[in-house]
Amino acid sequence: MNQQTYTDIEVKDLLSTASRMKDAGQRLVQICCTKLPDRLEIHYSFDKDYAFTSFRLTLKDNSTIVPSISKVYWNSFHYENEIHDLFGIKVEGNVVDYQGNFYRTAIKTPFNIATPAAEGEKKS
Amino acid sequence: MGMLSKSPWVIHYDGSSCNGCDIEVLAALMPRFDVERFGVVNTGNPKHADILLLTGSINEQNKPVVLNIYEQMPNPKVVLAVGICATSGGIFRECYNVLGGADKVLPVDVYVPGCAVRPEAIIDAVVKGVGILEQKRAAMLAAQKA
Amino acid sequence: MSERTIIPFGPQHPVLPEPIHLDLVVEDEKVVEAIPSIGFIHRGLERLVEKKDFIDFVYVAERICGICSFIHGLTYCMSIEELMKIDVPERAHYLRTIWSELSRIHSHLLWLGLTADSFGFESMFMQSWRLREYILDIIEETTGGRVIFGSAKIGGVRRDISPEKMAEIIKKLRGYQKDVRALFEELLKDETVKHRMKGVGLLSKEEAKSLGAVGPMLRASGVAQDIRMMGYASYAKIGFEPVVETGGDCFARCQVRARETDASFDMIYRCAEQMKEGSLDVKVTGFPNGEFFARSEQPRGEVIYYAKANGTKFLERMRVRTPTFANIPPLLSTLRGCQLADVPVIILTIDPCISCAER
Repeated sequence: MNQQTYTDIEVKDLLSTASRMKDAGQRLVQICCTKLPDRLEIHYSFDKDYAFTSFRLTLKDNSTIVPSISKVYWNSFHYENEIHDLFGIKVEGNVVDYQGNFYRTAIKTPFNIATPAAEGEKKS
Repeated sequence: MGMLSKSPWVIHYDGSSCNGCDIEVLAALMPRFDVERFGVVNTGNPKHADILLLTGSINEQNKPVVLNIYEQMPNPKVVLAVGICATSGGIFRECYNVLGGADKVLPVDVYVPGCAVRPEAIIDAVVKGVGILEQKRAAMLAAQKA
Repeated sequence: MSERTIIPFGPQHPVLPEPIHLDLVVEDEKVVEAIPSIGFIHRGLERLVEKKDFIDFVYVAERICGICSFIHGLTYCMSIEELMKIDVPERAHYLRTIWSELSRIHSHLLWLGLTADSFGFESMFMQSWRLREYILDIIEETTGGRVIFGSAKIGGVRRDISPEKMAEIIKKLRGYQKDVRALFEELLKDETVKHRMKGVGLLSKEEAKSLGAVGPMLRASGVAQDIRMMGYASYAKIGFEPVVETGGDCFARCQVRARETDASFDMIYRCAEQMKEGSLDVKVTGFPNGEFFARSEQPRGEVIYYAKANGTKFLERMRVRTPTFANIPPLLSTLRGCQLADVPVIILTIDPCISCAER
């Protein structure tokens, strides 16, 4: 249907990649995190003229500190607050940092738990 | 019939619904269904309201808001749980952030199923609610006399 | 120098059918900063993929939002169809386009009503919702639902529209198109409306681009971007041109939606002309594997479905990025420096859908 490219990047290259995309006139489409059994993946997706590019960052767990790209793309702040609140990703240098109060959920980092604690409560 | 039940004022609050029910609540106020012909007025102020119309399920975040609205309403008051999410949590029952239906925090008088609920069902529920409101008012008056 | 005050806006607010909370930092009547806090409607439905299999999840996707429900279901289906390499039959594509455009018309009419209500234009509110009911009638006749259609499924669509029914619908739509056009004209030529909207909530082209605005918000600032240009469903066949205005203010956003609504009618006519007999769906066998970002254009803008599958019945991850979520940063930027009385109008011209944004 449409072309999509996925590229793997390292944490240290994140900021330079974001700056490069910004200079190329790319639009930040979204940031999304995926919890897999053995790792976490964060997709930084960009778009220009309907061509979709996504950069995949793979983390072992959520102890790695990820630099915020909000100085390059201001609108990344809410995506980064989201991955912090839902997955517990440590994002450093976010220009609008809610300190974990963006999503006020019943359980902390609900997407990073194998079975959410709320499940146990409902059954009992 | 008392004055209250001739013109019940309704306050609508959206718990955590998909807003399908909320737009149907609004649609019930529009020319096609027009609940205003029964004297029903949608108000934004809880202190003016007789009937609390709740859509969507309850979560930790909106629990205090719902309770706050309910407590501000004058007695007698009636609670309608509109839509399947408000009655039980519906399709989102299993979500980690959903506590369940409106009856987790409030005494619900009328349950209205449907996903999304139909405006006709909402009108029915309001009319039912008015009946209960009238009973509650009579009971209150009797208690005051005694 | 006046003092700063914080005014809480919402979550229960008469102008909003849905709860959102904003802390408005004001100096006298001027808004200096707006700080949103969300989570009132957060359900965490993305995690339901662990409990509902990939075919059942269409129902959950449709219930992310009651306004663009069909397009939510459709985009989710598109992501799975891409992963499973399913070729959807031609006729299903046309039907999907028709239902998408009907959704857009009803959504824009709903928005028109709410916006008119936000500045006290009650009769416009009533009129647009009256017309919206006729569109909902057509939706109900063809799908069985008013709000949640339930007609999209992986591999095609669940229901057909017979040629006789289609002819009847087109005849009705031609009449409604005139009414809707007249209604929007009334709105756009009204002096009071111009007074409330012209120059209010300005978003420049550069800001719109760099803040990642989507949908009518972006197109009202002069950027011709519409995901329908990518030609999903049958948009490539029926031909599509994005609607662009250059004003960048609330008024321009109304103009974009007015013209889009009109264009949606025309697109439905073209679908009906081109549509040929054929099957509605293909059989789905096996399980999805891989990852894909599906994109489509909702009434509020670009929606993204990310699906990651591992070859089992249950997806590993499903993520939705909804247009309202993307429009929050531009909204905050337009609120900065506006008058307190204009806040409801500005919020409503982005056409917020909170249940989408918080999922």
